[in-house]
Amino acid sequence: MPRPSTLRLARDWGGEEAVAVPPFTAAPATHEYEPLLEANPYQPHLARLVRVFKMVENNWLFTFRFLDEQLARGFRHRPGQFVMLSVPGAGEAPISISSSPTRPGVLELCVRRVGRVTGALYRLEANDVVGIRGPYGNGFPVDRIRGNDLLIAAGGLGMAPLRSLLWYAIDHRDLFRSITLMYGARTPDRMLFRDELVSLLDRTDLRCLLCVDADPSGTWQARVCQLPGLFERVEADPTTTYAAVCGPPVVYRFVLQHLLALGFPKDRILMSLERRMKCGVGKCGHCSVGYKYTCMHGPIFTYWDAINLPEIV
Amino acid sequence: MGHHHPGSVSPLRTLTAAVRHHRDRNVGPVKTVKLPRRKLDFFASVLQRFGELHAPVARNGHFVFQRVRRWSEARLEYTRTELPPKKYFLPPRETLFRFTPGKGYVPESEDLDRRIVLLGVHACDIYSLNILDLVFNGKYPDPYYQTRRRNIALIGVDCIPDQRCFCRSMRADTVEQGFDLFFYDIGDYYLTLVGTALGDDMVLAAGELFESVTPDDVAEYKRRSQERHQRFQLDVEIRDLPEIFEMEYGSEIWEELGAKCLSCGSCSMVCPTCYCYDVADETQLGSTAGRRVRTWDSCLFATHAAVAGGENFRHSRASRVKFRFYHKQRGFVAEYGRPSCVGCGRCSAVCPVGIDIIEVINRLRGVEYAETEHAATR
Repeated sequence: MPRPSTLRLARDWGGEEAVAVPPFTAAPATHEYEPLLEANPYQPHLARLVRVFKMVENNWLFTFRFLDEQLARGFRHRPGQFVMLSVPGAGEAPISISSSPTRPGVLELCVRRVGRVTGALYRLEANDVVGIRGPYGNGFPVDRIRGNDLLIAAGGLGMAPLRSLLWYAIDHRDLFRSITLMYGARTPDRMLFRDELVSLLDRTDLRCLLCVDADPSGTWQARVCQLPGLFERVEADPTTTYAAVCGPPVVYRFVLQHLLALGFPKDRILMSLERRMKCGVGKCGHCSVGYKYTCMHGPIFTYWDAINLPEIV
Repeated sequence: MGHHHPGSVSPLRTLTAAVRHHRDRNVGPVKTVKLPRRKLDFFASVLQRFGELHAPVARNGHFVFQRVRRWSEARLEYTRTELPPKKYFLPPRETLFRFTPGKGYVPESEDLDRRIVLLGVHACDIYSLNILDLVFNGKYPDPYYQTRRRNIALIGVDCIPDQRCFCRSMRADTVEQGFDLFFYDIGDYYLTLVGTALGDDMVLAAGELFESVTPDDVAEYKRRSQERHQRFQLDVEIRDLPEIFEMEYGSEIWEELGAKCLSCGSCSMVCPTCYCYDVADETQLGSTAGRRVRTWDSCLFATHAAVAGGENFRHSRASRVKFRFYHKQRGFVAEYGRPSCVGCGRCSAVCPVGIDIIEVINRLRGVEYAETEHAATR
């Protein structure tokens, strides 16, 4: 720091009859070797919309690949994590990842058309470019689940975040004991990933139980019943099983009831939550439930967390 | 702090360690000098070498931090500013990115390299920045906040509590680090704690302005410190407050407050530790080029917890008022080891319907407002 001519400046300046201070001009603020902004967690990375699959009305499956080849190949996530998706000009929204980390290269996001950002996404076409950052959140505790039985219970749109866990378990079949999927939708044409899941019905290394509440078209091959009805066919040992649950509130209510009746400890029941988010990295405050942030402590919470956090469901 | 058990790390130590870890400019006061009061304007002009000088200024009947063009405008003996210095580090509105179809999202760094010297910051406000550091560091450091924090120097000044101050109860009446210099008024001099290497440079740049401290100066400091301690008119006990919030989650007080609260969010805007923000993309008409802008937000606003599709997890005003208190006094303690409140009194001062945090806490504790321990002995 060069020694300033203190007295001269001060005389120009001091006291009630002071004159205006000369403007501050010296700006030795940043050195070239020190970037002004360090690693920016809010930076969206550009990704190309590879494919739009009009899976279910207002619930399409979008496949993305990062433009940056290194990122496209290097991106890894845990099942149950989410990304922040930016649609140019519309904004940013949290979307759970539906593809499994065991199938890298692309990201599949099952997006419900519900607001400004998702509305704009539905107007995009293949080859359009979006921004993606992440992955965020805790994801399913797969390291804790491994070696145990896995019971996945999904209702309606709840399959979207659970599909990543399902395929992770199938692709790492030897890490888990039994795998059971229970999934119920209102009608066959509202079932997410229907064809893919139907193809699992005959597999012997996992139990795939699918049901619909009603079958207006009369083409449904599997069961017609409510989701809790599938519990008749499930034998789960609560001491060796982790249950992953996602769905609308009514699904939580009945599935949780059944799991508790089976004797599941509350910390072996895992739930995926949805909240408004603006940052995804524990700053903006929007996704708080009680004293936790959905984006950092969640979106996967145990049922024990859920009953101890106010406002959670 | 009620939450902390014997044997565990004290919340203050956690805070200190975390802040130290993330802010290498904090090594604690290394020395103490003194500045003659009548030389303060000289020193202020020296500070021009370190950045734009900003200080509290009287405007329309209250105080605001703003750029000082004439030293005579600055008011170092002030109660509290309308807005806390938070506005320098997390501006009410700032552009995070500019986006164009060709270049994608380009971080906006304009204005971030502005060097500012903030002179005359009270201990509670410095403490609040140490608290914001906890939030804006962590696993994902916020580079916009961080850069401003590096480029803005802080010079603290002591104060005399008024009828709204309860920083002592919140353990924020003194601050041991987080400032470059801190001035304690001891009459004809300001006793000056040097907190950082930058602060040391400021003292050195002032040449002979600063003098050595004598034992009499220290004695005078202690006398004034004791006197200040006795000037506090408000007291609130925060020990086991998180537990009480937990137990009183269903209290009827929340419905009462919900009926009064206007959801205006003023308390969040003036709060030195409220950091909730909203992010929105702004585009020019008919274009997909534009800016991603972040603005201050409040958990009292109706849509704060609303998700796309219409569900709102805090639909009622009562639930939002409750959430704000709960997050500051319970949630933040669980996450960071201390309440996110420094007792500055701004929220009570600004609330249009007179919601008073001291009254709320004391009612939850079952202590009559008028009969708090300290008020009774006043």
